[in-house]
Amino acid sequence: MSMTQSQLPPNEAELIESVRAGDREAFYELVRPYERMVYATAISVVKNTADAEEVAQEAVLKAFSGLSRFRGEAKFSTWLLRITYNEAKMKLRKARSHLYESLDGQPPNEEGDFWPRDYADWRPIPSELLEQNEVCKAVQDAINSLNPSYREVLVLRDIQNLSIKETTAILGISEANVKTRLHRARLLLRDSLAPGIDGCWIKGQRYKKVRPW
Amino acid sequence: MVKKKAKMPTIEISCVEVWREISNYLDNEISVELRERMEAHFKACAHCTAILDGTRNVVELVGDGKVFQIPDGFSKRLYKKIHKLL
Repeated sequence: MSMTQSQLPPNEAELIESVRAGDREAFYELVRPYERMVYATAISVVKNTADAEEVAQEAVLKAFSGLSRFRGEAKFSTWLLRITYNEAKMKLRKARSHLYESLDGQPPNEEGDFWPRDYADWRPIPSELLEQNEVCKAVQDAINSLNPSYREVLVLRDIQNLSIKETTAILGISEANVKTRLHRARLLLRDSLAPGIDGCWIKGQRYKKVRPW
Repeated sequence: MVKKKAKMPTIEISCVEVWREISNYLDNEISVELRERMEAHFKACAHCTAILDGTRNVVELVGDGKVFQIPDGFSKRLYKKIHKLL
């Protein structure tokens, strides 16, 4: 086994060696655990399911043809998601190239303070709420309405539970940027979701203001 | 005489400062000292506690795994695509 793959879990390093040695079937075993992550990363950028699936497939194929360039300095999943992210960005650029002005502009100004809106909190942890399609849709819509730079960080950190370090490697931004964008994303989501969850999603609970500012 | 253990005073922190760090607080990406100051603030401030709980709930709701379900047949189609290439 080559020295360069010391960072990898043994089975992953073996699979990579197998693929390089010509056992191409091993490639599917290698990427299978990350299917969902690849898809979620893609959809955080392109926002619709059909494009996300296309991006995911293209990214996986690209990873296969570029596997000889993978040195094992990062985790395989980080490398794969970095490819996915770039692929998704490219897809977005292509789709928008005919527009006069790009909609995927610069990240919003991150200077200054964010003032969270004043909603009373919902106390019960509403995980079972996602069983309701309406609520799941509301959460998706809230995520999709975020500025892309916030959404991408949120999806990697809070949906995929990746570390700050992995997130910086995939998006190519600093740790400080990851933290600031995640912070904004979470507070903005809270702003858009708290009234619904407070007010109408949980039966018998009424939305109430804590204190008018 | 029993000597009382010297207690370090907790330096107060404003609501705005607390909001700035709420996300880092949840991720435990702050110093012990700041954590203590924030905890003291949460004890006294219902508003910031509501924002903290709300933000924590958002993180749990989003991280639930049900938000971006992979489409039906995704794996199969991906496998087919890989297979074609092989």
